[in-house]
Amino acid sequence: MDFAGAYSWPNLSFILQGFGMTLLVAALAILFSFILGNILGILRYARILVLSRLLAIMIDLIRNLPLLLIIFFSYIVLPQLGIKLTPFWAAIAGLTLFEGAMISEIVRSGLASVDRGQIEAARSSGLGYIQTMRHIILPQALRRMMPPLVSQFISLLKDTSLAIVISLPEIMHNVQILQGHSPNYIIPALILAALLYFAVNYTLSIIARRLEARRI
Amino acid sequence: MTGRFNIHILFDHWDRFLLGFVHTIESSAIALIGSFILGTIIAVMRISPVKPLNWMGTAYVEFIRNIPLLLVVFFFFLGLPSLGVPLDGFTSGTLGLMVYTASFIAESIRAGIQTVPSGQMEAARATGLTYIQTMLHIVLPQAIKIVLPSISNQFINLVKNSSILAVVAGLDLMYYADLINADTFLPLTVYTLVALFYLILTLPLSLAVQYMERRFSSADH
Repeated sequence: MDFAGAYSWPNLSFILQGFGMTLLVAALAILFSFILGNILGILRYARILVLSRLLAIMIDLIRNLPLLLIIFFSYIVLPQLGIKLTPFWAAIAGLTLFEGAMISEIVRSGLASVDRGQIEAARSSGLGYIQTMRHIILPQALRRMMPPLVSQFISLLKDTSLAIVISLPEIMHNVQILQGHSPNYIIPALILAALLYFAVNYTLSIIARRLEARRI
Repeated sequence: MTGRFNIHILFDHWDRFLLGFVHTIESSAIALIGSFILGTIIAVMRISPVKPLNWMGTAYVEFIRNIPLLLVVFFFFLGLPSLGVPLDGFTSGTLGLMVYTASFIAESIRAGIQTVPSGQMEAARATGLTYIQTMLHIVLPQAIKIVLPSISNQFINLVKNSSILAVVAGLDLMYYADLINADTFLPLTVYTLVALFYLILTLPLSLAVQYMERRFSSADH
């Protein structure tokens, strides 16, 4: 195990660059999947005639497939259908789709957990459906969704590593390259990568715990 | 046009699809049993009054839960060989799956154990059973029944996560998909078929979990 060699500045900056890519892809995917997940979740909750059931089936299919497969699909199959994506955007597309489906389920059950009495009271005081959603249901639901949402975001950050199969230069990809330079670099590199992931994810989970404790 | 859907490759490459499918099931089954046993041990360590055990269990769960599965698998596939222990793709992938999933199962079982009334432990100890005997025969069976839906969800995740074997040439479904795609240049067909294979495994499990959750929640009321 060559710690000094593995942590030499060129290698160290290579690993950190990879983590920068990891964070960037994760941040974008979190943003897009959150938006998509909310849209899908609200559509499913609203029980619109055919759409909700159709969405339910599609979401269930996506949730039951490996994310690796979905990322591969985005990068390799979409070009055959005319949509060419770089590894960066294919990774974000695959992550957005999968995590969006996961988040839609969190959103749907979060909305469903708000007591029906709230809806009835709001409607009977004259609020329209959309107003009820905006001012009464969504705020309460969002509070309950926070812990599973943060959990999903943590998963998303870890899942960016799957984009290694489409050669996205994120941290695990760079770590694998270092291993090619010298097998003695691999364990120090893995330890550094683990610490970086741990630092970010543990912080996120602490923030989630604080938020949950405060807002209830 | 190479993007057309051509079902014939399912029959032309039947042997490789099947081999990948079987290896995926094998890896998932071994990892499930292993992570269940390991997870139970770690859960018991986590609630143990023996400080070092408690700390080790907690450290394991907190650390492994926050790092990617790929990192754990790389440790077995790339790290161990550098220390003189060479492992093939299937073994390192399955071990990685086991170690990773165990941390999540440990958390589920810990929550289950803490739901079992403490009176059970007290009564059992009072009748002369040791701590381990009480755990094995009284507390754990009840705990596991309580968290069965959550553990089953972990199993579904495990089957999906088994695709990580493809990254380390673990001879699973995704790995063979890549080979078949390289031979046929029909990625739409190949990966759609692979998706169907995975759904054959995960959809029934998913439905079973939904059924379990409904049964268990109605039993409470």
